[in-house]
Amino acid sequence: MASSLTLRAGLLSLLIFAAFIGAWQWATLPTAGVAGNVDPEYAALVSGAAAQGAKSAFPTPADVAATLWGHLKDPFYVRGANDQGVGIQLAYSLGRVIVGYLLAAAVAIPLGFLIGMSPLTYRALDPFIQILKPISPLAWMPLALYTIKDSGISAIFVIFICSLWPMLINTAFGVASVRKEWLNVAATLEVGAFRKAFLVILPAAAPTIMTGMRISIGIAWLVIVAAEMLVGGTGIGYFVWNEWNNLSIGNIITAILLIGLVGMALDLALARAARLVAYRE
Amino acid sequence: MTTFDDPFDARYRLRSRGCSCGQHGSEAEHAAAQASEDARATRVVEGAVMRALFPHDATRRAFLSAVGAGTAFAAVNALFPLASATEVFAQGAKPEKTDLKVGFIPITCATPIIMAKPMGFYEKQGLNVEVVKTAGWAVIRDKAINKEYDAAHMLSPMPLAISMGVGSNPIPWTMPAVENVNGQAITLAVKHKDKRDPKDWKGMKFAVPFDYSMHNYLLRYYLAEAGIDPDRDVQIRAVPPPEMVANLRADNIDGFLAPDPVNQRAVYDGVGFIHMLSKEMWDGHPCCAFSASKQFVTEMPGTYQALLKAIIEATAFAQKAENRKEIAAAIAPTNYLNQPVTVVEQVLTGTYADGLGGVKKDPNRIAFDPFPWESFAVWILTQMKRWGQIKGDVDYAKVANDVFLATDAKRLMAEAGLTPPETTTKTFSVMGKPFDPTKPDEYVASFAIKRG
Repeated sequence: MASSLTLRAGLLSLLIFAAFIGAWQWATLPTAGVAGNVDPEYAALVSGAAAQGAKSAFPTPADVAATLWGHLKDPFYVRGANDQGVGIQLAYSLGRVIVGYLLAAAVAIPLGFLIGMSPLTYRALDPFIQILKPISPLAWMPLALYTIKDSGISAIFVIFICSLWPMLINTAFGVASVRKEWLNVAATLEVGAFRKAFLVILPAAAPTIMTGMRISIGIAWLVIVAAEMLVGGTGIGYFVWNEWNNLSIGNIITAILLIGLVGMALDLALARAARLVAYRE
Repeated sequence: MTTFDDPFDARYRLRSRGCSCGQHGSEAEHAAAQASEDARATRVVEGAVMRALFPHDATRRAFLSAVGAGTAFAAVNALFPLASATEVFAQGAKPEKTDLKVGFIPITCATPIIMAKPMGFYEKQGLNVEVVKTAGWAVIRDKAINKEYDAAHMLSPMPLAISMGVGSNPIPWTMPAVENVNGQAITLAVKHKDKRDPKDWKGMKFAVPFDYSMHNYLLRYYLAEAGIDPDRDVQIRAVPPPEMVANLRADNIDGFLAPDPVNQRAVYDGVGFIHMLSKEMWDGHPCCAFSASKQFVTEMPGTYQALLKAIIEATAFAQKAENRKEIAAAIAPTNYLNQPVTVVEQVLTGTYADGLGGVKKDPNRIAFDPFPWESFAVWILTQMKRWGQIKGDVDYAKVANDVFLATDAKRLMAEAGLTPPETTTKTFSVMGKPFDPTKPDEYVASFAIKRG
């Protein structure tokens, strides 16, 4: 029964995809020319659509598929500092995300632990966290560029600052809500502070911490595209910006698709990791 | 005349464009005649010497006509060792650092900076320059200030703004060379094709690349001349060039005064038409600049000089009409401008589609002349003052002198054992209104529409 559900879901997914492509194809059907006789000298200087007196058209699914294939066929080319393959750009972005994210984890988890264990600090720091948490990554960028004075580190800082809060809050929350009975048992057995933290609280809070980490990696991946569009140079965000510059919608759609796929892969990896620390009460 | 013309030729004027025999007809032949860059270096030095000797151009021309170029050359050569001065200029000091990063914005104004890389002008000076594409003017300013870039492509008002601390902390900045003159245009959405009179533009929304840009000042000037108050009657916003066409297409804005290839790209995509070229407002106006921090200039004079020479040579190469197609092909790829070659070619050759079905020809649509006249800086400062970007009294001449060419030309010449030129200013007219760089305050006061 379960397999047939998977099969039916898969079929429905395909159907939705086909309907989407069909609608797209229909929407981008070439329209009949408005102006009949155009000066050929003029037509040679503008795009096909503009020569017909129209705005240049949105690419068809086939155009985008061809663009996508072109990028996948040769993802790692380097033709100068400002023109590198989409695979290299993704690697740059992933590198930045991983560094910023790991730094955030290294700060957020120990700090969240301390905050969670002390109700006083939890309440004292709460207003700061609540204010800093919703700030958009792009709002941090000018400040980072101004103070850090290095665009590469600024991009990593923005990842760091945006992926910090979910991990911090979830760690603190997970630690604070460890069941009292377990702590009492530990106290009765006269377990030392370190053993209590690592053998009782950490395993108990692990699933909540992992949820925070999973939210954070999603945010980090969202942020990197915006940050790279702003500072430029390398990365998939720069790629999108560069193609926007060229008004190349086909390339932008390709990049969007790849960004989505990589984001999904990151999320799946953390979901797997979360399953390792899950437990049943 | 341009910087590369022969100062020993009585037919040319040293200090103004559009002379009697003109840069038009004979300019191309003249430039073509100057084959080697040695000759060009000689011209630059000779020009500077002649400017120093004859502060009044009329005197120089009278002198040359009276005694003849040969005698004049011999006489001047006796006073100044032109040959050895030229040699010092041409050889320069050894670069302290050869791996450099230069930032640019992907627009045709950056042509000399960009083309110097694929066409080997940097290499020839022994420099390994990486030209880095940058997303916007604020970012290029911050990266240049942060020393991630050794030098950068900027809008010519930006070095003035940075030096004065307008829109950032005051940091001594220099602008050793203008990259291009002309080369901008007002583009309107196709739906406005019947509203060609700026008096009908009330309530429209316009975009300019940056607050501190020639584009902003020219658009404001143009609107104000038509009686439209640029702050009250229309909306002007700063939009990075790459986003302009997308915004015009989405009807977010009604038009823009933008650098190319943005204007031509709007035509190429059938989104807008070219209302007028900026050269129709002020022929020979500066636009973008090659700029570096004063610290770079003073701490690495050899590197700086080599870099500047590469830029000046590239600029001279770009000025020749017959090289323009080759340049378009070199700078259009993804690595640089990332535009269809035909768009860049139309901008550089000046044979272009206007967006309304016509093909226009104007070989001076964009021109390249590196000489940063101080009077340009003074004009920019008067406009900053006019629109309230700078308050209080401005020492126009001093700021212009500190930031624009003078710093550089005078330094290079002093190094070469020459007396720096007395004048680095010239007069010009903007939309028919003459500008006298010695009377900036009167100029600001003469406008009906202004702030503060």
